[in-house]
Amino acid sequence: MKVSDAICKFFETKNVEYVFGYPGGALLPMYESFRHSNFKHILVRNEQGAVHSASGYARISGKVGVCIATSGPGATNLITGIATAYMDSIPIVAITGQVNTEAIGKDSFQEADITGATEPFTKHNYLVKDPNDILRVLKEAFFIASSGRPGPVLIDIPRNVQDAHIDFDLSKEINILGYKPTTDGHSGQIKKIIQRIKKANRPLIYVGGGVFSAKATKELREFVKITKIPLVNTMMGLGAFPMDSPYYGGMVGFHGNEHSELILKEADLVLIIGARMSDRATMNFSSFKTDTDLIHIDIDPAEIGKNVVNQIPIVGDAKNILNSLNKKISTLKIEDWLNKVNDIKTFTENFVTTNTKTINPKIALRLLSSISPNDTIITADVGQNQIWAAKNFKYYGDRRYLTSGGLGTMGYSLSASIGAKLASPNREVICVTGDGGIQMLLAELGTLAESKAKVIILLFNNSALGMVKELQEKKYGKNAPFGIDYDLSPDFVKIAKAFSLSGERVYSNANLNKVYQKALSSEKSFLIECIVDKDFGTL
Amino acid sequence: MKNYVLSLLVENNSGVLSRVSGLFSRRGYNITSLSVGETENKNISRMTIVVFADEPTLEQIKKQLNKLINTIKITEFDYSNSIQRELILVKVKSSAKNRYQIIDVAGIFGAKIIDVISDEITLELTENENKIRSFIELLKPFGIIEFVRSGITGIEKKSI
Ligand SMILES: Cc1ncc(C[n+]2csc(CCOP(=O)(O)OP(=O)(O)O)c2C)c(N)n1
Repeated sequence: MKVSDAICKFFETKNVEYVFGYPGGALLPMYESFRHSNFKHILVRNEQGAVHSASGYARISGKVGVCIATSGPGATNLITGIATAYMDSIPIVAITGQVNTEAIGKDSFQEADITGATEPFTKHNYLVKDPNDILRVLKEAFFIASSGRPGPVLIDIPRNVQDAHIDFDLSKEINILGYKPTTDGHSGQIKKIIQRIKKANRPLIYVGGGVFSAKATKELREFVKITKIPLVNTMMGLGAFPMDSPYYGGMVGFHGNEHSELILKEADLVLIIGARMSDRATMNFSSFKTDTDLIHIDIDPAEIGKNVVNQIPIVGDAKNILNSLNKKISTLKIEDWLNKVNDIKTFTENFVTTNTKTINPKIALRLLSSISPNDTIITADVGQNQIWAAKNFKYYGDRRYLTSGGLGTMGYSLSASIGAKLASPNREVICVTGDGGIQMLLAELGTLAESKAKVIILLFNNSALGMVKELQEKKYGKNAPFGIDYDLSPDFVKIAKAFSLSGERVYSNANLNKVYQKALSSEKSFLIECIVDKDFGTL
Repeated sequence: MKNYVLSLLVENNSGVLSRVSGLFSRRGYNITSLSVGETENKNISRMTIVVFADEPTLEQIKKQLNKLINTIKITEFDYSNSIQRELILVKVKSSAKNRYQIIDVAGIFGAKIIDVISDEITLELTENENKIRSFIELLKPFGIIEFVRSGITGIEKKSI
């Protein structure tokens, strides 16, 4: 069987539904095989969009996202998306075409050392020179991408290797000598944790995106239900726990809730689950008193003790560990602490409804949150829109929030929303973005239209690169804006229509509801352009 | 901060050295020396890496190295559980007058004389780091023209 056919056949054994990609000369054999396969190929407009779409797909489906790009410039266009997935631990297998084996290393036409280039931000990568390696490599790649701490894996395949013939034999077990992730928590450590939790007066759970990777949200909720310990989350952990719960203490970090930081400050024990304690999330970590004990649960041992010194480390899969804890733990007597948490919450929650002539994004998002289905998926870009969406949309039920948390990649949201919608066609997907972010990968509106995935794009147009404008003003004063205005902004609604999508512009919160209802009932993807005052602040 | 010796068993394929060394530069770890070669199993290489770090950083280095898919095993060496050696080739200025003094120094350390020309002697020594350091100190007064060191390589005394 031809290697390219074998790859397709392998994808089918993995139930790959979609391959997001962009062809090229170095992929001709692959695309010829794709033609005869039964998964769908989504033709993107820029390879960066392919990885982001695969990422949105992976986050919602819980499966590995697959994308493909040709050699050289196609492969290098993938880089930002791969780095984005790496920082957020998203399982992705990226296939790149490569020049023929005999042309490698000679600066041949459209040759790029993509394994070298992506070494720092792939979990692992391969250059397949021997056709007989392909099935082992594919098996390993899917295993590595999706097990342990998930992440992107890249496979670079020369064109002549795609054309070679091999036996399709999947029977050989893979054995990666150096890769044996620890998934069960050490029983001694679990005992220790339970003892420590029982002694705590003011325990607090601190949740990151790892809880989603481990598919452990149910176990987490169970843990809180049993123990009655309150919880805060990072931005990546948003939605892991219902916000309307009395145990919910808000979002920590640079743009987090004031009360979450105060709660953190009061805690005498913090149970960190699947969070890498990044500088953004821990900016206020002076909040930690030196005598606060930390328990750190993570599948990646290197995350434990990297940024904060912890008392009790426990390496393993959050789902397994929470399951073990749930079996052995009981309700704590911490009513006073819970009351205090809720006092702090009510005391500091000062939502000011400043009236603006144009759209107030905070009110807008609160409104849409209240009328959107409970399992709506939100993808947010990077900038003010990301923070507005994180803090004003309410996450509970199965509502999910997808954003580029680690790398902070603008342009993420639109492509991620396509993947998310394809993974879950019955759920509403709202893509929140800014006028800067959407223009990063604007042509992906074409991919969206063609894919038939229906997404509502909520574009906050403040005619500026809002968040950077704010930072500039803070550092250099109000009168020194530079490089943050577009002299000419396009008519986004017209653009949406040009891509045969629907769209409408909204100038006031009063009209938003009506337009949103239209968007909800629209067959096609619908862009709502919200006109926002340039000076509307993030917080 | 001090030097620690790490011994890594890694898969013997292209790209591994770059992954390991890349990890050091990317994360700002200080690498003092690195030597690498095939083991008795041709699919596996051994890297001996000397790092200059404090203890928490050493811990991170080990964890990050362990994360590389090609890393099979990491052992931290100390003098009691391992034998460590380094090779040095050193070229010293010599005159007819001091030649025998240099040969004496070589004799004390068990160094080999590899090459002698009218005003230079080249010596070879395989020893542990401390001995190599003293060897260099003793040769300095004669005038060292250049030397080259292989970096430490090591083996566990007895696998436990
Ligand atoms: C690819 C990329 N380039 C630059 C930045 C730096 N950056 C962070 S926020 C921001 C402004 C975003 O502007 P816009 O998309 O209009 O969103 P807003 O902040 O106005 O909501 C910029 C330029 C980034 N995060 N990503």
